[in-house]
Amino acid sequence: MFGKLRWSAIPIDQPIPLITSVVVILVVLGVLGLVTAKGWWPYVWREWITSVDHKRIGIMYCALGVLMLVRGFADAIMMRTQQAVAINAAGYLPPEHYNQVFSAHGTIMIFFGAMPLVIGFMNFLTPLQLGVRDVAFPTLNSVSFWLTASGALLVNVSLFVGEFARTGWLPYPPLSEATYSPGVGVDYYLWAVQIAGIGTLMTGINFVTTVLKMRCPGMSYLRMPMFCWTTLSASLIIVAVFPILTATLAMLSLDRVFGWHYFTNAAGGNPMMFMNLIWAWGHPEVYILVLPAFGIFSEIFPTFSGKPLFGYRSMVAATLFICVVSMMVWLHHFFTMGAGPAVNTFFGIASSVIAVGTGVKIYNWIFTMYGGRVRLTVPMLWSLGFIFTFVIGGMTGVLLAVPPADFLVHNSMFLVAHFHNVIVGGVVFALFAGLDYWFPKAFGFRLHEGWGKAAFWFAFFGFWITFAPLYVLGMQGMTRRLQHINIEEWRPMLYVSAFGVAVLAVGVVCQIVMLVVSIIKRDELRDVTGDPWDGRSLEWATPSPAPFFNFAVLPNVEGEEAYWGIKLRAIETQQLSPEPKYEPIEMPVNSSVGFYTAFFASVTGFALIWHIWWLAGLGLAAAFAGFVVFAWRDVHEFHVPVEEVARIDRARRAAREAFLARLAQQGALP
Amino acid sequence: MSDTGLPAAIEALRRVREDPHRLGHRAHGAEAPVEGAGHGATGPANKRIVVGYGFWIFLLSDIVMFSCFFAAFAVQRDATAGGPGPRDIVELPRVALETGALLLSSYTCGLSFAATNARNKLWTQIFLLITGLLGLAFVGLELQEFISLASRGITPQRSGFLTSFFGLVGLHGLHVTVAGMWLATMMAQVQLKGFRREIIHRLICFNLFWHALDIVWIGIFTIVYLMGSGA
Amino acid sequence: MPGARWRTRWGKAFARTAAFGLAASGLAGCARSVLDPVGPVGADDATIMIDATLIMLAIVIPTILLAFWMAWRYRASNTKAEYLPNWSFSGRIEAIVWSIPILTIMFIGGLIWIGSYKLDPFKPLPSKAPPLEVQVVSLDWKWLFIYPQQGIATVNQLVVPAGTPVRFSITSASVFNVFFIPRLGSMIYAMPGMVSQLNLQADRPAVLFGQSSHFSGDGFSDMQFQVRSVAPAEFAAWAESVHRAGPVLDQGAYAALAQQSQNVKPYSYRGVDPQLFHAISTLKIAPGPGPEPENPSHAGREVSTGGRH
Repeated sequence: MFGKLRWSAIPIDQPIPLITSVVVILVVLGVLGLVTAKGWWPYVWREWITSVDHKRIGIMYCALGVLMLVRGFADAIMMRTQQAVAINAAGYLPPEHYNQVFSAHGTIMIFFGAMPLVIGFMNFLTPLQLGVRDVAFPTLNSVSFWLTASGALLVNVSLFVGEFARTGWLPYPPLSEATYSPGVGVDYYLWAVQIAGIGTLMTGINFVTTVLKMRCPGMSYLRMPMFCWTTLSASLIIVAVFPILTATLAMLSLDRVFGWHYFTNAAGGNPMMFMNLIWAWGHPEVYILVLPAFGIFSEIFPTFSGKPLFGYRSMVAATLFICVVSMMVWLHHFFTMGAGPAVNTFFGIASSVIAVGTGVKIYNWIFTMYGGRVRLTVPMLWSLGFIFTFVIGGMTGVLLAVPPADFLVHNSMFLVAHFHNVIVGGVVFALFAGLDYWFPKAFGFRLHEGWGKAAFWFAFFGFWITFAPLYVLGMQGMTRRLQHINIEEWRPMLYVSAFGVAVLAVGVVCQIVMLVVSIIKRDELRDVTGDPWDGRSLEWATPSPAPFFNFAVLPNVEGEEAYWGIKLRAIETQQLSPEPKYEPIEMPVNSSVGFYTAFFASVTGFALIWHIWWLAGLGLAAAFAGFVVFAWRDVHEFHVPVEEVARIDRARRAAREAFLARLAQQGALP
Repeated sequence: MSDTGLPAAIEALRRVREDPHRLGHRAHGAEAPVEGAGHGATGPANKRIVVGYGFWIFLLSDIVMFSCFFAAFAVQRDATAGGPGPRDIVELPRVALETGALLLSSYTCGLSFAATNARNKLWTQIFLLITGLLGLAFVGLELQEFISLASRGITPQRSGFLTSFFGLVGLHGLHVTVAGMWLATMMAQVQLKGFRREIIHRLICFNLFWHALDIVWIGIFTIVYLMGSGA
Repeated sequence: MPGARWRTRWGKAFARTAAFGLAASGLAGCARSVLDPVGPVGADDATIMIDATLIMLAIVIPTILLAFWMAWRYRASNTKAEYLPNWSFSGRIEAIVWSIPILTIMFIGGLIWIGSYKLDPFKPLPSKAPPLEVQVVSLDWKWLFIYPQQGIATVNQLVVPAGTPVRFSITSASVFNVFFIPRLGSMIYAMPGMVSQLNLQADRPAVLFGQSSHFSGDGFSDMQFQVRSVAPAEFAAWAESVHRAGPVLDQGAYAALAQQSQNVKPYSYRGVDPQLFHAISTLKIAPGPGPEPENPSHAGREVSTGGRH
């Protein structure tokens, strides 16, 4: 009746997951209780859960990502401390548990931490920067978010019902087959990632269409902000490679559930095929993460240097180059699988060639600062920290692209240090820079600068103290994923690395304090004009936070850096451009189909994991019914009357006029 | 030029698509890029273009997914583990029937869309129904094939080759089944709501999907069945 | 704000120095490093690694310094630096900026090409002495070494004659593993149903360690094995001594060995079935069994077997 599910699935014999689960459940119940007690449900339902506004969805993605980053970081603390204490000792995490911790760490950080954050940025910014009102498919956008949240939910449910995968963040067969992983752990992984992956694929489709087909008048391709180019590239990669992930995970699921033979040891299965398929997805995946990160830096460097991005067309070319070549390098993840020198050479050279695109970008950012007036704000600190960190990480990456070198350090702590170097130094630094930079646009007030700088410094030093020793350990021969260490020589570096994690933890605390302090002091930190940083792209033309329709009248763009031109003209003529002719606006209505679909996706996923077939069927049927009901609605858009549009926009213009007057007073005008 | 009877915006699009460099339209026709087409700098495209474009992108992604299953089939073609190989499982007569049914259904699907363009509800429904029945016949034949194979002990659990055979052919059959459910829904919507704008958009997407499945079947039919029987 | 400036520029310089200093100190006194090889393959691998690093450092260090210098020189409070608010293109700089990575990668590409062919694990090592054949099977969670020429086998213990190339034929009897002896060089996958080849050599007597470099389950952390390279005469003596005592590795003993076990102490077999490796690598003998399947008393949660030894 309930498949494999029994009461014994709850890990009462394992204190750490049990206590964690109890605490998490209490916190969740507490939050739900608070919302209920304060009567906030109508607001939450109307303004957030059923919202199809890209800004709201973007914020929810970022909130999910930040929450899961913290969970992933907790796993990281456990891993570093276990490795520090389990040297010729057992440590406090037995293998069964430790193996789940590192698998969960990687899975959560990539799929539910970094991806939602990156997609959250793409969501929030792209329509604003393109000068349009929303993405191509707003309701599909909501579905995408809720499916991602559904996947995150399933991963966290594994903490207290059953267990998580013990295979690492990519479930390589034969270890991940039913023979060697008979528990439900791999199944939790498969369905959580599969469901989230479908959400991401739909995001990719959404943004390819948005960037290619929905730009404001006058915004030709070569007038788009760099972040939109990187959104386009990342979305093209998503569309090209997420289906590979879907297919591969489906194949593994068929093997596990029905005893098929895609990747089994016996009967003609081919585990090497899994390696190829999963990395054909896996390598482009990291470029999905890093390209928008590069886009964020391409927005921050010009703004805080007070001049345009250097070599815009070069940057576009480099971005598209990286986009294409990223799909041709996957074999470098298994040079040691014995494909032979010809194959290894091709993929090694292709992998190094990507460094050309990245190198060009780094130099272009440097030359953006040349002749500028560089302001060392929090986003700029993260950006400079990125240059230092990412360039070194990229260097170790090219080192790993040389097969004979890889033969020494494949799967070692050197590799672990490298990919953290580029993901933390590249993606995470970008995300924190971007969060600080665009927070005022999202919420109407800036983040506290002092705590922001403290968070940066602790993160920067914490990162290097944690990961530099891992490079050394890799050279000393230490492989990854060891639950305990039998070699005394590795002790000093493991201690240093564990200390580093403590420094990182202080940085995380600083971030949380920064958020709390900023909320408390929000009136002092208020962004009154909508343009707190002297920005150059269209999102800074809106008030903070932006109205739900983004722009009262779609802007008419005449060159690169659309908003900079508008601003300069206003300053030169000492007045705003004349009031436009307002017209009524049609905006898409909210929809609960996303939440509803995700709910039944979670139910179906849970049912498939535990082999509760009737429940799985029911879940699928309910999801289909939901689509049909959604397809039956008669009202798709709501009408915003011209008076409303005019009222909101006139408030914006008043704030801008006051800003202009202040600039004139300060003598900032020519 | 405007004798196709299509709306002016669509007509303009058609001209742009046919002759992107305006070689044949120097003397007359719109010189400026067509508004609402989303080309260059004329502002966001209209909904019909956006929906169609997005669905094309989705189709490309679906083809990538199918290509993974094709790749697995290519890799595991000889992994028969001492069991039945391609020649033991291919029954060309049934496959010919399946192919005929599917190809014909693509034709009737196209006819139904022509009827939609002419805003003719009756013929839209008739051709959609025939399309659906042909699709049902296809799925029925395929199920029959699987059941008959299973009764001979030829199941995907037997070998890597059979796994990838059933996986690829089964994935396509699953897509056709889902498309059939979509078809039924569309018929109901057309019946109850008529040719509203969003219904037309969905019919465009449905048509694209059905034709794409047909193209994938051509691939399967060639690589799995024809090459399997001859190899 | 002078403080902020100082912290930015010097803070990062300090971090960089600290990072490299850490690396250097870590390696300086270290005996078990891949940069301290004991054989020709390891030496070549290490040389390539160092060469590639130096080539790239020659670019990376100036780039980082340039970035910091640029940020400092053109900081907002430095009114002496010229402000070029509209400057965003220079063909000359673009040409240099594209050329630097391209040239660097051309060097690296050359290293890749030459190195991959020279250090192909399947390639036999040049030598006057005939190679020693060792057949390697990775199990859950220990390594089995079969010496077909000597007719003996060991578990978690590898003894090789110094100065003689060793040809490893590697397979797995359960899941993927990677056979790796850091100070002898190149690693390669151990895969069920496949035979990987690896040619290594220890130039002098030494005690080394080997491990699996691919996570394979609960007992993975103990999949280390002791490696001893000894003088050829000592090797012959050792093989003789193994012949004299210990069990025989026949199909029955192998079936027992293939059961999951962790933290296995090294031991040896005095005789081994000559067809055993072939049978394992062609899957005529089925791969080892997995852990206890999950059952109602711990629903959904697999219980690791072999932990209690």
